[in-house]
Amino acid sequence: MITGTPKPIEEIIEMLEPYDNIIVAGCFGCVTVCRVGGDKEVQILSSTVRLAREAAGKKIKIKEVCLERQCDPEYVELMRPYVEDYQAVLSIACGAGIQFMAEKFSVTPLLPGINTGFLGVTERQGEWAERCQGCGDCVLHLTGGICPVTRCAKSIFHGPCGGSVHGTCEVSKNVTCGWQLIIDRLKSLDQMENYAKLKPYKGWDKSRDGGPRRIIREDMI
Amino acid sequence: MLPCTGRIEESLLLKAFENGADGVMVIGCLEGDCHYVNGNIRARARVERVYNILDQIKIGPDRVRMYNLSAGEGAKFAAFANEFVDQVIELGPSPINVARKHEVQESPQEVET
Repeated sequence: MITGTPKPIEEIIEMLEPYDNIIVAGCFGCVTVCRVGGDKEVQILSSTVRLAREAAGKKIKIKEVCLERQCDPEYVELMRPYVEDYQAVLSIACGAGIQFMAEKFSVTPLLPGINTGFLGVTERQGEWAERCQGCGDCVLHLTGGICPVTRCAKSIFHGPCGGSVHGTCEVSKNVTCGWQLIIDRLKSLDQMENYAKLKPYKGWDKSRDGGPRRIIREDMI
Repeated sequence: MLPCTGRIEESLLLKAFENGADGVMVIGCLEGDCHYVNGNIRARARVERVYNILDQIKIGPDRVRMYNLSAGEGAKFAAFANEFVDQVIELGPSPINVARKHEVQESPQEVET
């Protein structure tokens, strides 16, 4: 899922300073699962903002909504009949959802209520960890299901670097060396031959280096 | 009254302050004695979150507090209630109520003559 963390409330209050009639928009997608932008968080954030503003003597009206997904046009369009009745939309979806709404509603300012994080997994309740950087050329079949792009701090492709000490990355003692994980896993799978199949270099043209990416599925258009 | 403090969500507590409460006490079963295993533990975490929110927005974190009691501890309930009421009286009206009072004073309703 796409993860995120709430923006500090002080930052949100400052962002909302010019407005007194807004929409707080959540998303039932990834941000609901990681408890940062769903229906419940819309209610909590809206109450928090109303309380803060009223205590400061500057009331604010808030319409609370939660869309099925803010990254799909059919759901975003549901807001079109009323969005212009409000001065701004504070969205607590991921950055993709916020930008998509901004594209659709050109005269309404879109404000981010969360800081979008990464593509990750829930390791336990309340703890998420990064697993994928969407590099566009997956090699997990050769690396025992462990991603060198994400799990190695340098995203290198030829095994542990000199910064790997006793299985720990030089970046932090809390970061396990991704390549140590890969080699341990390949050994346990008896697939060490895959280590030799890795490309000597990785083409990053399918990743972010080629600019913003686009997927076109002719069979679906 | 709720059947379990595990039903209490942060927004419910914040709504109480929006509706004019100067303080909110949450009373759950004794920890380790929840009929639904961990309802009161969840409630404690949510009360703590609201405590932090109230602190951040300067409403005053001590306006919300969780207590744990068994159904048979009537005297203790009364003592906790008195303790919390004293605490809220000492804190004074919530900034929300202060702002509303100012608003009413600044725009008195017209009286027909």
